[in-house]
Amino acid sequence: MLLIRCPWCGLREQAEFSCGGEAHIVRPLKPDELTDEQWADYLFMRDNTKGWQTEQWVHSGGCRRWFNAQRDTVTYKFGISYKHTDPKPEDGD
Amino acid sequence: MNQKNRLPTGGQIDRSQPVSFQFNGRTYGGYTGDTVASALLANDVKLVARSLKYHRPRGIMGSGAEEPSALLQVNRGARSIPNLRATQTEIYDGLKVSSVNCWPSVSLDALSLMNWLSPFLQAGFYYKTFMYPRKGWMFYEKVIRRAAGFGKVSSEPDPDRYDKINAWCDVLVVGGGPTGLAAALGAARAGARVMLADEGQQFGGGFLRTESEDNLQWVSDVLRELEEFSEVRLFKRTTVAGYYDGNFLVLNERLTDHLGNATTRNAREKIWRVRAKQVVLSTGAIERPLVFASNDLPGVMLSSAVSDYINRYAVKPGQNAVIFTNNDTAYRSALHMLDNGVGVGALVDARTEISDPLFDKLAHRGVKMMKGSVVVRAQGKKSVSAVEVMRLSADGKSLEGTPEKFDCDLLAVSGGWSPAVHLHAQSGAKPVFDDEKACFVPGPAFQNEISVGAASGNFSAEKAVSDGYQAGISAAHSAGCQVVDLPVIQEVSDAYTSEYAIRPLWQVPGSGSSDRLKRFVDFQNDTTVKDIKIAVQEGYQSIEHLKRYTLLGFGTDQGKLGNINGMAILSEELGQDLIQTGTTTFRPFYTPVTFGAIAGREIGPTFFDPVRKTAMHDWHVEHGAEFENVGQWKRPWYYPKSGETMDQAVNRECLAVRKQVGVIDASTLGKIEIYGPDAAEFLNYVYTNSWSNLPVGSCRYGLMLGEDGMIMDDGVTAKLGDNHFYMTTTTGGAAAVLSWMERWRQTEWPSMRVYFTSVTDQWAVISIAGPKAREILTKVAPTLDASNDQFPFMTFRDSVVASVEARIFRVSFSGELSYEINVPSDCGKDVWEKVFEAGMEFGITPYGTETMHVLRAEKGFIIVGQDTDGSMTPVDMGMSWIVSKNKDCLGKRSLSRSDCIREDRKQFVGLLTEDPNKVLPEGAQLVELPTDARPTPMIGHVTSSYFSASLGRSIALAVVKGGKSRMGARIHSILMTGESVPVSICNPIFYDREGERQNV
Repeated sequence: MLLIRCPWCGLREQAEFSCGGEAHIVRPLKPDELTDEQWADYLFMRDNTKGWQTEQWVHSGGCRRWFNAQRDTVTYKFGISYKHTDPKPEDGD
Repeated sequence: MNQKNRLPTGGQIDRSQPVSFQFNGRTYGGYTGDTVASALLANDVKLVARSLKYHRPRGIMGSGAEEPSALLQVNRGARSIPNLRATQTEIYDGLKVSSVNCWPSVSLDALSLMNWLSPFLQAGFYYKTFMYPRKGWMFYEKVIRRAAGFGKVSSEPDPDRYDKINAWCDVLVVGGGPTGLAAALGAARAGARVMLADEGQQFGGGFLRTESEDNLQWVSDVLRELEEFSEVRLFKRTTVAGYYDGNFLVLNERLTDHLGNATTRNAREKIWRVRAKQVVLSTGAIERPLVFASNDLPGVMLSSAVSDYINRYAVKPGQNAVIFTNNDTAYRSALHMLDNGVGVGALVDARTEISDPLFDKLAHRGVKMMKGSVVVRAQGKKSVSAVEVMRLSADGKSLEGTPEKFDCDLLAVSGGWSPAVHLHAQSGAKPVFDDEKACFVPGPAFQNEISVGAASGNFSAEKAVSDGYQAGISAAHSAGCQVVDLPVIQEVSDAYTSEYAIRPLWQVPGSGSSDRLKRFVDFQNDTTVKDIKIAVQEGYQSIEHLKRYTLLGFGTDQGKLGNINGMAILSEELGQDLIQTGTTTFRPFYTPVTFGAIAGREIGPTFFDPVRKTAMHDWHVEHGAEFENVGQWKRPWYYPKSGETMDQAVNRECLAVRKQVGVIDASTLGKIEIYGPDAAEFLNYVYTNSWSNLPVGSCRYGLMLGEDGMIMDDGVTAKLGDNHFYMTTTTGGAAAVLSWMERWRQTEWPSMRVYFTSVTDQWAVISIAGPKAREILTKVAPTLDASNDQFPFMTFRDSVVASVEARIFRVSFSGELSYEINVPSDCGKDVWEKVFEAGMEFGITPYGTETMHVLRAEKGFIIVGQDTDGSMTPVDMGMSWIVSKNKDCLGKRSLSRSDCIREDRKQFVGLLTEDPNKVLPEGAQLVELPTDARPTPMIGHVTSSYFSASLGRSIALAVVKGGKSRMGARIHSILMTGESVPVSICNPIFYDREGERQNV
């Protein structure tokens, strides 16, 4: 079982967390002005990265706060965890 | 108590504690320290099991976790355990065990005729034969399952308790042989917190099977020193069963099984969930059997097991042995046999050049040394009586000369050693093939672990100890321990050290006369060389496919003995290297773990699936309610009077609400308080309608969509104050809605000043509905003006009900005049009783969820999750009126996607059967005409269906393609029986279409 770092609670067991999928997907400010294709791109299309990607996680069994974390989709290793207000960091090690 | 094969002295058994136990109904004697296997061998019992498929006689082949055949049922009533390895089951006074796969007895097994049918039963037989007719499998399966199978679990509740515990350590050492003991000592001396686990009843591993007193003294010296460290924990009878991500390992400690019938208050087993900074894998190696004709006869035994039985248990597994090997290790076993009165007729070695120092010594003692030779066949009916030996050609592909026969009752085999790389592989690393040693050895580590000793392919005892010690020290240092300049470890000496030299021999070539005989690869699954060849002929090339076709490597032993031979034979058949074939995936657990241990204390309604009850639960029980599970909640379903059927009770309850008044416990509705200056703005985003202009004191129905535009939840939300809302959700959706809103607020709109608090459990909700509801409310809330002018529909009032501060919402899910009285949960039952008392004169009737469903269906009100299924938009449900045109909300943009504006989407409609008494089953499919060509296109399905007492007929809600424009159309519903029922499409509101009754 992995250990995941919550920016507020520190390293905790994987079982306390839920994953919310790829991070840094911003909801369009004016959905009405988008074409179907642009809207579908926001709604459905994900990078499905092999290697490091940033994901949204929530400490559902703890402080219930959402945060972003880097994870390697090949090795499952976690990189940096950071708050939404922080900028997107470089890829992990 | 005649233990014919027991040696007069020696062994690790306690001769002062004789033990008596039963095997297949007969009583035998042994000693504390014996396993069932060693005690049976001491009593000269060789035939202990029947094989899975062919029901061939089987004996004891190994001495540890690798044992494939000698599986036993421990008979202890509710404590019965199936499929225990005889080699690892300790005996105790009164133990009763039996063989698992035979009837009426192990020696007279009725199904042994399977062996004669076996030419028809090769790989794939069941797949190919039992396919026709297709429905036949349901029958075949029962017969096949009875013939093939292992032990039986008890059907009684498990009387034992199981514990789980979390722990951490600097260094976890797996395996308590010489390497592991040395590693634990090294880590402990370096200052580490150490856990050392061994699956056996005794530490010492391979040293227990040697004849050396010095080795045993070394073990007890090291143990004594380890016990002095306060941060060292030693675990016996503890299997490290799984190695997971994050250096997280699961240990299964067995605490009471070996104590037998003595009463104990301890948990039977304990699961240790361990986080280790570093892991040292000193799991040893498993000896491989050799593959030749009839190599499964009782009396064929691994050479290491022979040494184990002689030296550790003081048991002679036979009187006259032949040894068949392709490497050096069996030479030591030969010496053990000779020194303890077991005759060795011949030592058959596939190698031609042998440098083992014991070679001459054994020859000198009269053993016939046969270089470059192999055993081609074992003979005997229920145990080995003789073997045939021939010369092996230089390329190992054929046999030479004429067979020579040797009589024997024991054939010790050694096909080389396979490091136990199971945990290494589970940790995420990939074992690699070592050509010289002809085995898979650990590859580069993936997590913080290191394999040492035999587990790393180093089969020398001396090096194992020094390597283990160094590995323990470096593991401790990697874990941050500081102690350096450690003393050297006490050395062990070995008089007969030899290099491990092996001539790989994955199968003995066919000899002509023995070709029709079976050559077993996987003994537990009866997988033979021929099965593998057939699989290859039929096109199976991947080892994973081969496994599933031939069963190689399945079962309780997971191929610990047979896998490597099987992979090598597959490689030979395919003409490729073993490394190309690779291994199957090593998965947890190393050996089977009981379900009790996995479940631990997380069982039953308290700790596994907690039951949620409302404040009024006891009242419902006292008034005879039948309950329905809604999520974890227990909700009253209906309240039958004596003699009433469910239909009668529901009809009575429905009519009472429509004509007088009913009361329902609505406490389970999800309730969320929403605070903050941006609360209304936030609601504008999560609900489809507008919340900006809602006056304080008013309620509004809201619909939530996923971002894909599909209906997610609904409920009524009241505005309690300028910055304060009170949201209700569906019973099942409460948690999901809260986390949905939290997610959007935290991740997308962090600047919004709004906060959410779940108050579902804080409020009990008493909902009264019916024409007399106002009269009851007036009685219990005398200070409230409940007139229609002062307290109109879709508003809320703070008031006092039965002397309790209450929030009253005038909303309606039944279509009747209705009030939802919210009071603090602690007061729920008291207020409920007072409301009920006040309602007696008006004929108040308690009603349950079934009546609630009927009443709302009469009104065409949807239930999210029943009438919708995650693919329905508000437009589909005829609710486009609730989607505001003037603002954005989650999911709104999706409603104009091309797929969402199709005219032929499934749309929400009512259905009326032509026969008014016919109630359609929910989920029934709808078609235009049952006579249409097959496959008949499905045009929709029934989502809700009831008998409506108020209307005196059945009603149904459904979703039908393009249904909204097909009012009055006649379509058909198809039932499971094949019957088709004609129905007509109608408006989904069946009762009080104008909605006047809730407004009075």
